[in-house]
Amino acid sequence: MGLFVNITLDGITNGMVFAALALALVLIFRATKILNFAQGAMAMMTTFIGFTLLNRGLGYWWALVAVLAIAFVLGALVERVLIRPLQGKSELNPVIVTIGLLVVLEGLAGAIYGNSSRGFPPAYSQSGLTIGHTKIAFSHFDIFILVAVLVLMVGTLALFRATTLGLRMRASAFSGEISRLLGVRVGRLLTLGWALAGVAGALAGFLVAPTSSFSPYFMDLILVYAFTAAVIGGLESPVGALIGGLITGLSISYVGGYLGSGLQPLGALVLLMVTLMARPEGIFARPTARRV
Amino acid sequence: MMIGGVHDEKGRQMRQMRHSRHTSTGRWARALLAGAMGLTLATTVLTTSAGAASTPGVTSTSITIGATVPLTGPAAPGYDEIAPSMNAVFDWVNAHGGVFGRKINYDYLDDGYNPANTATLTRKLVLQDNIFADVGSLGTPTQAAVQSFLNSQKVPQLFIESGCDCWSNPKFPESFGWQPPYTVEGKILGAYIKAHFAGEKVGYLTQGDEFGQDFIKGLDMEIPSASVVSRQTYDASTLAGPLSNQVAALKAAGAQVVAMATIPAATALAMLPAAAIGFTPQYVISNVGADSPTVGPLLSSFTSKGGGSAAEAAATAGLLNGVITDAYFAPESNVSNPWVQVEKKLMAKYAPSTYAKYGLDGNVQYGVALAYTFVQALQAAGKNLTRAGLVSAIEKSGKKFVTPGLVPLSYSGSVHFGFQGAEVIKLSTSAPPAVTPTGSWMGSTPVSPVEVTNVGSGPVRTYTGKPSAPPQKLVSTS
Amino acid sequence: MSGAGNLADADLLPGTPPDAAGADRSWLRHLRLPEQPLARHLILALGGGGILYLVTSSLSPYNDFLVGEIALYLIALAGLSLLTGVNGQISLGHGAFMAVGAYTIALLMTHTQLNFILELLASVGAAAVLGVVIGVPATRLKGPYLAGMTLLLALALPPIADKWSSTFGGDQGLTTTVPTAPGNINPEEWLTWIELLGALITLVLLANFLRSRFGRMLRAVRDDEIAASLAGIHVARTKVTAFVISAACAGLAGAFLGLSTGVVSTGEFPLPLSIQLLAAMVIGGTGSLMGMWWGAVLLVYLPQWSTSISSHLNLGSDVSAYLATIIFGAVLIVAMIAAPSGIQGGLRLAWGRAVRLWSGLTRKQIQPTRTG
Repeated sequence: MGLFVNITLDGITNGMVFAALALALVLIFRATKILNFAQGAMAMMTTFIGFTLLNRGLGYWWALVAVLAIAFVLGALVERVLIRPLQGKSELNPVIVTIGLLVVLEGLAGAIYGNSSRGFPPAYSQSGLTIGHTKIAFSHFDIFILVAVLVLMVGTLALFRATTLGLRMRASAFSGEISRLLGVRVGRLLTLGWALAGVAGALAGFLVAPTSSFSPYFMDLILVYAFTAAVIGGLESPVGALIGGLITGLSISYVGGYLGSGLQPLGALVLLMVTLMARPEGIFARPTARRV
Repeated sequence: MMIGGVHDEKGRQMRQMRHSRHTSTGRWARALLAGAMGLTLATTVLTTSAGAASTPGVTSTSITIGATVPLTGPAAPGYDEIAPSMNAVFDWVNAHGGVFGRKINYDYLDDGYNPANTATLTRKLVLQDNIFADVGSLGTPTQAAVQSFLNSQKVPQLFIESGCDCWSNPKFPESFGWQPPYTVEGKILGAYIKAHFAGEKVGYLTQGDEFGQDFIKGLDMEIPSASVVSRQTYDASTLAGPLSNQVAALKAAGAQVVAMATIPAATALAMLPAAAIGFTPQYVISNVGADSPTVGPLLSSFTSKGGGSAAEAAATAGLLNGVITDAYFAPESNVSNPWVQVEKKLMAKYAPSTYAKYGLDGNVQYGVALAYTFVQALQAAGKNLTRAGLVSAIEKSGKKFVTPGLVPLSYSGSVHFGFQGAEVIKLSTSAPPAVTPTGSWMGSTPVSPVEVTNVGSGPVRTYTGKPSAPPQKLVSTS
Repeated sequence: MSGAGNLADADLLPGTPPDAAGADRSWLRHLRLPEQPLARHLILALGGGGILYLVTSSLSPYNDFLVGEIALYLIALAGLSLLTGVNGQISLGHGAFMAVGAYTIALLMTHTQLNFILELLASVGAAAVLGVVIGVPATRLKGPYLAGMTLLLALALPPIADKWSSTFGGDQGLTTTVPTAPGNINPEEWLTWIELLGALITLVLLANFLRSRFGRMLRAVRDDEIAASLAGIHVARTKVTAFVISAACAGLAGAFLGLSTGVVSTGEFPLPLSIQLLAAMVIGGTGSLMGMWWGAVLLVYLPQWSTSISSHLNLGSDVSAYLATIIFGAVLIVAMIAAPSGIQGGLRLAWGRAVRLWSGLTRKQIQPTRTG
């Protein structure tokens, strides 16, 4: 019983992290219909920058704020410089460009930070909370993860539903041409979408790093799990990203706990394929008119 | 496409169709000839122009050796320190006239731990770069991929950086191991567990591959199977997060001792969630994953820089306290040991950038010791240096080589393993720490005498000899 | 898939009329090749094969080995080019199909005494089966989604072999043996010839497919699924078939990889392999077949450039180790933004210009009064 509880709690915590990165993927896909394969690597890079700041003596919270700001700029930069020139051309181009960016970022991180072992501090204690007489696999840091991701989700929803800016962003994503005709600066809003995605990714990086082997590749598997989460949730909605994240996190955790950690990617693949066969649009996709 | 006129494409096509059976042999011959000439030109550029030396890689003034090691990729952390440390020894040798007047050139290439790359790069080293021997290449799958190639080419495959018990195989006489086989380690640590934790419940946490399987083979030869309550594994290639499930299962089974065959990253990723759920067994960890300057930084994340308490920080530093592991040379924290002193001087002088980054940690010591073993092999092989001569020199004189090892090497005509013994040590806050440029890491004290055994069913016996001291020449000139 | 695809259409084999992009093939028509595609392809393959035979006979053993590697990657890339370039399905998981092919031949060689050709065919077949398994759900996915799913495939499959390591050889892997060479032909050379033969057969088969009605169906589905469906093409069947063909090619390439490495283990199929396959296809020229020679050369020489770049520049050890990776990624990005049709596309454009220039000059000499 204890094992099951711990595995489930583990799954929830992991799922929240997948949800944060999935949200980044969703934001970008909504804006530019592109799947950013470099999202994990961008998060990795910003986390490494955070590592440098922490080593220079900056306090944890200041470092986090600084990293989120840097991630905002990085996301915007990538959109303007790399993605904008590809608008309107074949579907393959952005896939290759984002993969190229993934490769470059991992190489840069390796070149700058080298191969040596390092750890990354968590925001709060990772010691499990005590319930009754037993320590469970849920710590203050895990609570922080839950809260941080929920705040991110609520913030994003609030932005989209309750602000004019959000309305404009949704309009640009829905129909760029008409929005332009109505005076919306579509280009700027696409860039903003990428910038916000960068922030979401950077947060995910900070949340994952303390419990990973903090190397240039530490976000690779997280990215594919986040992709699974995003697809399950329907690549269109923040709520979908959250639910998809939880489903993916729990599934992976059960597979790992009862079948073996090596089979976790296979578990995610099966989950993805089942979703695609049963409900390809994802759980929370809005019914869209079929574009002929 | 214009219609009509001489340049009517369609018309030309139709005329062609009428003449399709009458291909112009002249044009064909010319095209093929041109193609062949062009390609022959290209190939003369590609064809190697290396003259066949009597012994490849050996001239009167130099010896060229090669290796394939992971310098990039997920397998690189730690292992990329070994080759530069080896070069420190070779640079020292070269600065003092080389071996019989020959300087050693060490050409090590990055295979990224991918056996397909290893196959290509090893062929490059042997067939194009004409190395004398392959020395200090790393990895079980990678070196297994080229073992039969190197042996068929009669190129010595020396001192493979892997503890697989597959390197001492009469079918492959050119291949030699060096570090203690994982089975030997498992037996020595298993014997310690049997002696000191008799009756306690034991759990295993091992890497799912050869490393873990061979280690378990050794453990099982010593620990009674009734005592083993849980056997957990993890997969190295998908290692991305904490091994919480495995740790939770070990706790649920009530394991009081946990024997681990883990790489440093996995050691940390097991100890962290264990501490988080209040699981504090006696850890007994293979030396592969228990070097404190390597594992320490990974564990330091448990110390919260954000909002944790001082007690938390102390607890982190203490996570390695009491861990039992093994060592086959004097650990870096043993600052009065003459070998440790020599290694530090050597690294500071001949590999200053590596030393500045890593200090003297387990991987650096490994590289220095391995390279020095090779130098002795060259000396034993004599001035008239051949590949066969080198191999037989190792088999005949290997046992007498002077190395930092706590036991002598085991090389003989029938045994191609190097070290087959170690002492059991305990990491302890009361021992003098290992100081490196990255910080001060927990030192260790021996808790058993030096022991030797083999990969088979032989017993674990105490070794009564003394470790050799570094030769005067090395001490005075490094 | 309109951008990178169209330009590659005509460049399958010479002797074809100029395509919409205006590439001029007139010089090749002087070769008076037969019009029938199969005959044309066979003659060219024989000619190419003859040249390659001459070449490999005079190369050093190491370069022979490299040519063999180029041939095997060419097979995988040709299949990928058909799938992604001509049919528009992006796959980031071809390393998994290669793994299936490699493990199949290794298992057969370990446990059976089957004829070598049968073993190769079994590897192709096994990969094709996985191609069906993945190809069917793939029909429901649009480009990036499919890329993501295949990426997950590339990560999910190899650890299975680790999990059941007693069957799959674990760390030491399963050994493969190249069939004995007749006479006293060097075994490295013999394997290279087998691989080159495999490559030529693959090129002929694929070129024929692409020239046929099936090829037109592939392109139609890529360009507009709805229109293709309205025209009577069974879209899902076409897409799955494309997947199966490309998986089969990757399976054959994987079997050859297992043979040339000598051992099959999971470390040979990491994620970077699948990424590099797609990248090499793009740099070679998406949708083209002959362009895959460039891609294959890139793949074979990449690990070596890693060390030669670093030895020439005196950089810190970390920077030099990762320099090749950084450059590779940067080239990929720049290529997609500036030259999406890859090397082959660029060469075709350059050649077309050169030919037009040449025929412009000769025209003036022969027909001084005609202005056309």
